[in-house]
Amino acid sequence: MSALGGVVRSGVGRRRVQTVVVGLVVMIAVTVAVLGGSLMVAARAPFDRAFSQQHGAHLTAQFDGARAMAAQLSASARVAGVAAAAGPFPTATITPASGRGGPVQPITVVGRAGPGGPVDAVTVTEGRWATGPGEIVLQADHRLPRRLQPQVGDALPLSGPAGGQTLTVVGVARSVSETAGGWVVPEQVAALTAPGATAGYQMLYRLAESDTAAQIESGRAAIEASVPAGALAGARSWLTTRTNSAGSVVLFVPFLIAFGVLGVLMAVLIIGNVIAGAVSTGTYRIGILKALGFTPQQVVRAYTAQALVPAAVGAVLGVVAGNLLVVPVLAQTNEVHGTTDTGVTPWVDLLVLAGALALVTATAWAAASRAGRLRTVEVLAVGRTPSPGRGQWAARLAARLPLPRAVTLGLAQPFARVLRSATVVAAIAFGAAAATFAVGLGVSLNAVQATESDGDVVIFPGRPISGPPPEGAPTVAPGPPQPPDPVAVVEAITAQPGTSGYRGVAPTELTTAGLTSALQTLAFTGDDSAHGYQMISGNWFSRPGEIVVSRPFLTATGTRVGDSLVLTDHGTPIDVRIVGEVFNVESRGMQVLTAAETLAATQPDLRALEYHITLTPGTDPVGYVKALNAALASVEATAEVAEEESDEILLVVNALTGLLTLLLVTVAALGVLNMVVLQTRERVHDLGVHKALGMTPRQTIGMVIASVVVTGLVGGAVGVPVGVIMQRVTVAEMGHAAGFNLPASVIDIYHPAELVLLALGGLLIAVLGALLPAGWAARTRTATALRTE
Amino acid sequence: MSAPVIELDDVSRRYDEGPPALDAVSLRIAAGESVAILGPSGSGKSTLLNLVAGLDRPSGGTVTVAGVRVDELGEAGSARYRRAKIGMVFQFFNLLDDLTVADNVMLPAQLAGMARGTARRRAMELLGTLGVDRHATAYPGRLSGGERQRVAVARALVNRPALLLADEPTGALDTASGEEVRHLFNDLHAEGQTIVLVTHDLNLARSCATRTVQLVDGRVAADSTVEPVR
Ligand SMILES: Nc1ncnc2c1ncn2[C@@H]1O[C@H](COP(=O)(O)OP(=O)(O)O)[C@@H](O)[C@H]1O
Ligand SMILES: [Mg+2]
Repeated sequence: MSALGGVVRSGVGRRRVQTVVVGLVVMIAVTVAVLGGSLMVAARAPFDRAFSQQHGAHLTAQFDGARAMAAQLSASARVAGVAAAAGPFPTATITPASGRGGPVQPITVVGRAGPGGPVDAVTVTEGRWATGPGEIVLQADHRLPRRLQPQVGDALPLSGPAGGQTLTVVGVARSVSETAGGWVVPEQVAALTAPGATAGYQMLYRLAESDTAAQIESGRAAIEASVPAGALAGARSWLTTRTNSAGSVVLFVPFLIAFGVLGVLMAVLIIGNVIAGAVSTGTYRIGILKALGFTPQQVVRAYTAQALVPAAVGAVLGVVAGNLLVVPVLAQTNEVHGTTDTGVTPWVDLLVLAGALALVTATAWAAASRAGRLRTVEVLAVGRTPSPGRGQWAARLAARLPLPRAVTLGLAQPFARVLRSATVVAAIAFGAAAATFAVGLGVSLNAVQATESDGDVVIFPGRPISGPPPEGAPTVAPGPPQPPDPVAVVEAITAQPGTSGYRGVAPTELTTAGLTSALQTLAFTGDDSAHGYQMISGNWFSRPGEIVVSRPFLTATGTRVGDSLVLTDHGTPIDVRIVGEVFNVESRGMQVLTAAETLAATQPDLRALEYHITLTPGTDPVGYVKALNAALASVEATAEVAEEESDEILLVVNALTGLLTLLLVTVAALGVLNMVVLQTRERVHDLGVHKALGMTPRQTIGMVIASVVVTGLVGGAVGVPVGVIMQRVTVAEMGHAAGFNLPASVIDIYHPAELVLLALGGLLIAVLGALLPAGWAARTRTATALRTE
Repeated sequence: MSAPVIELDDVSRRYDEGPPALDAVSLRIAAGESVAILGPSGSGKSTLLNLVAGLDRPSGGTVTVAGVRVDELGEAGSARYRRAKIGMVFQFFNLLDDLTVADNVMLPAQLAGMARGTARRRAMELLGTLGVDRHATAYPGRLSGGERQRVAVARALVNRPALLLADEPTGALDTASGEEVRHLFNDLHAEGQTIVLVTHDLNLARSCATRTVQLVDGRVAADSTVEPVR
């Protein structure tokens, strides 16, 4: 073994470039894998743990109390496929009159005698459960800062149908399944229900099969069939809740997987190439080793170990680097979601480490096995330079090109070593694919953000604040902004030259049966309400009573475009029809868009808070804003040029894709570097001859660089379509993870000219990788090279 | 005697270990001379040739060829100098195995910037003169040793060098092929080509050298002008 150790040590020492390449490639692949794995776990783990502890509800169903009786609902627990059920619990919707400065939203309360049960055993985190009338336990809302959350002991005055009543907060509880905004004792529900209305019922189900949306849907259908027609008002899948709870981290998962797969494939290719190259340049040495009595197994082991030593070092460094990256990425998302994971997951680290070393061993073993098979006699008989062999046609063709001879000599080189060139083409292709993919992803995400367009000019309520507040002035918290006078604003807008169209936006909250939280609703006025929105199907609303929603809303309510629906506004039902699906990520896709007239009966005083104006082409927005503000002088409103706000998550995604692309492009360039080093080593004698015949250093560099041009071009040409496919699949997958269908403006984002440029990126990778060894080749001592006879 | 083409002045070449390969060698070679460098293995013959070709640099002393201070040239300068002034022939031919015979011969001309067509005509002419034109499209691996060395000579002459340097050109050849190459050098010398020839082959030295320089342990041990035996 010590003889073997000596061979390994000297191999590692002599092939310094290859050793560094293996170490770096493994390090980068491991970094990407640790980052991906840890974020994936961080995205899912807390929810999954809590969900299983609480026997979370796979399906939270809301029933219409007027169409089904409690006994019929109890019977639904025995439907095939239902593993456990809880309920029926009576439900009502209440609207607190004011909160602790936090947003006031209608909430669904559920009448439950206690927190436990076979399904959705909620955890009381503060105080106690409600034991009598007038008491309420609130769902912990970890998305709100603590000071804005209602506290135990707070009095909660109500408005709406239960107006005049006051509930006392006696506890705060957490239902991972998010089955209610608050809980009261069952007897309390009747008092909270509008006079004349019937209370709804909630049933909570655990299903035998619950892993996919299809399984959940078939469970839902079976339950719906078991109750009177129309009784099931709405149902929510735990998959939706899980996606929401993971927040934006879940968006990273598809592209991290894509990058991880690329990284691993590239590492395998390059390590295989390094070892195969070491074997092919070392045939003579191998022959001597065998002649000295090394067994084939020992030779293979020696060459495998030459890769494993740097790979192990690289893998450990990669684990460290991966974890260092996980922490800031999660810190970003923690801030957004109020969680506190560091993201460091030892078992992920160990798994990646073990996997990486196993993969390196297998790859190196496969590549080195040729060394074991070489017959000693053949090896020792091998001449210095290979016979012309393959690629003669390419050499003849290249020689005819009207280019300097040094260049045409280089151009033909990849054809002499087809297999090696193919693996390097693949490595470059993956690098180009990564770059194409990253660019596409960035453009797609920006396109998503562009759908949140506020037009060219925005009018906000309130007067412009100029300069710092006067010294010593009391810092009163400004109250909620008051909507400006709509008549005056619209008059100013329409009178202003340069106006192409406008919309007024009035935000409000509605509820619908089956959803426990309020629906943010935008009620529009004006002639350009659809501006910036991308339709997926159907049409924009054209008359009162029509609404436009996005995919998560349709999924959560189990509705389709064309369906009718009852929304509740301050306790009053409004019949609406869904006329279109729009791509709208606001409010997690649960926003309802409609004409202001839809709410005319229920909120006659509703006024637009903001106005979004589009300008005719060629209008200067700054001048327009100045003129408009002059016209608005007597109105409590201010016009500003609309600014693109940049989303923090988008910044994280852009930074991550940028970093990962850089890493993978580096790996690809290292693959090229390794190939060129091998090629130079094999041709060192020919290089000497070239120089003896008068090849200058510059011509030598030209020849070496030219030798990677074909490889780079083919790699780029192959990689770009792969990157485009990856972008399409990943972006669609990210959309699905967030519950959206994506419009073409988000998916079809590449221009032909960009694709050509990206394909040339493959050439750039190749040239970058070849530059260093080209310099080395130019500097080899001719006399020394010629002596290797 | 005309002005010297090659002028070595007090030239030494030391490697890291061992005694110097060349030790204070001074030598003048005039245009049209054909000089044979003789000496035992390891006496510094190849080192001397490499210094003249600008492939290596002396540790001390000056090397001047056709007015050019070869020892002061940079990498690019020495490459350009070789192209313009030097043709080299080696013991083991050093033909490029992945290029055809014609492409091998054309290469120095093309590196010097000659157009492909012109280079090709020149190469075919030389191959014709040397009697190996029928192998122009073959690869060197298919040729006999003597034929390969003819191709190597054609390649060395393609840029019409002032100086032809040959390092044991018959060292790897059998007797018959050696004889062919000997005639070839003889003819070249007769045409006025300046030649510096390193050889063990006394027949070769005698048949085409006008002068022999004997190296022993990196020093000039003898330098004599001889009448070639015809
Ligand atoms: N690149 C080198 N590195 C170290 N020693 C060298 C090198 N080239 C030549 N030598 C040594 O210099 C001496 C002269 O070598 P060389 O000129 O090749 O001799 P010759 O051609 O007469 O056989 C020898 O001892 C040889 O070992
Ligand atoms: Mg020698």
